[in-house]
Amino acid sequence: MSDDPVTRFKAPVRLDYTVTAGSVTADFLREILKGRLVGRRCPDCRCVYLPPRSACPTCGVITTEQIEVGPNGTVTTFSVIRFPFEGQVLEPPYACAHVLVDGTDTPLLHIVGNCDVDDMRMGMRVRAVWAEELKPTLASVRYFEPNGEPDVTYDSFSGHV
Amino acid sequence: MRPVYVAGFAELPHLLQDNLLDEPEMVQRVTAAALADAGLGRDDVGFTCSGSNDYVMGRPFSFATALDGLGAWPPIRESHVEMDGAWALYEAWVRLQHGDVDVALAYGFGKSSLGSVEAVRTLELDPYSLAPLGIGPLPLAALQARALLDAGLATEADFAAVVERSRRDGNRNHTAPMTEAMSAAHALTLPYISSPLRGHDGPVRTDGAAAIVLSTEPVGPRIAGISHCIDAHQPGFRDLTVSRSIATAAAAAGGTSGVDVVELHVEYSSQEGIVLRALGLDSSVSVSPSGGALVANTPMVAGLCRIGHAANAVRGGAKRALAHATSGPLLQHNLICILEPA
Repeated sequence: MSDDPVTRFKAPVRLDYTVTAGSVTADFLREILKGRLVGRRCPDCRCVYLPPRSACPTCGVITTEQIEVGPNGTVTTFSVIRFPFEGQVLEPPYACAHVLVDGTDTPLLHIVGNCDVDDMRMGMRVRAVWAEELKPTLASVRYFEPNGEPDVTYDSFSGHV
Repeated sequence: MRPVYVAGFAELPHLLQDNLLDEPEMVQRVTAAALADAGLGRDDVGFTCSGSNDYVMGRPFSFATALDGLGAWPPIRESHVEMDGAWALYEAWVRLQHGDVDVALAYGFGKSSLGSVEAVRTLELDPYSLAPLGIGPLPLAALQARALLDAGLATEADFAAVVERSRRDGNRNHTAPMTEAMSAAHALTLPYISSPLRGHDGPVRTDGAAAIVLSTEPVGPRIAGISHCIDAHQPGFRDLTVSRSIATAAAAAGGTSGVDVVELHVEYSSQEGIVLRALGLDSSVSVSPSGGALVANTPMVAGLCRIGHAANAVRGGAKRALAHATSGPLLQHNLICILEPA
């Protein structure tokens, strides 16, 4: 046995989980498999959350009503991605955007494709573009793209920025 | 000290696997039930504290996600401990001593089913000398049980008797999962899983949540004393057959004289005797009438439930009920809360 002091050793750490989504998110993912976006509405303040939340963070009550939303929406704000990184769906440059999907009150963080980044505008109208094969993930919406409708005014979404 | 009372208590059923409720929904349901038990609303609460653990839930900032269930916007006065909800209650009790708020809410939530509580507990051990060995809570508890046997302080029949009573009482408690009834005699015929412990000597690990509402109004059992104390982290530094921290915390909480009911947070049947001896009590008191943490062991919740069930005992006529919560390896860190009629 060596008399050399031990100065370092490897102790790999790993924990494995099987995370369950809970019934509210599970319902949301099941609807995505059908090509539909659903939010949940708070019975008190009537706010519609997308992705759905099981409880309203403002009112502290269970959200009871599931409603179909979209597929159109409005870009409330955006940022242009110019750097490549692993796992990108689109080639840079493209825009990462907050999309206020029609019928909801909480902007969804997603990406915008089929649009020159120099044409990106707050208030731009977009629609969801679905992947060919739908999986139980929000990535089944590949991106949002301009839907050709005229822009909406800032005042119409200023409460959701 | 400013008198503080347990105004309300609620727990979700402790399920072997809860696939339906996410964290916000667990927290919403259990806190709403505790507030209803107290006859209070969310606006009455001046301070909120939660106990949970991200390594148990398998996601970062799970306690922040769970705040959705409270209605925490506009912001509320809120805090969190990465510990059992019993310590959240302790912080809430301290907060009420400040004198500027009169109602506090403490809750805990956890799910055993998402990962391995054993693996998480292993990583809580000393990262140089113990965790790399992979010694989990069961082998550690077996070492402790062996030390008890060697010292002549317990027999395997004592462990089996705790299992028989815990399962019988747990099966009368509608929030605990049903377990197979087991006589002590039969328990002793079953094989060891980590000698001298058998499978039933360890906890039934569950998913769930619990909440307690504290008030400075005398609307429920009074907290006559509450204190917590900690032993050395390294099990090798301690005499595993005794618990100095339990004895110290109990003395600081006012002593155990007159206690007629105890709710003990023991995860292994072998530990019950250690806790009772440290408290200077024996089985002539009513021990864990809820069935205890052996039959419904929800991580970060089981300790808070002991306080809730002790409060229920006082509501049911007990004169002085003692709740014990524990954290860390082999009864390292212990909290004692003594409750009396208002």
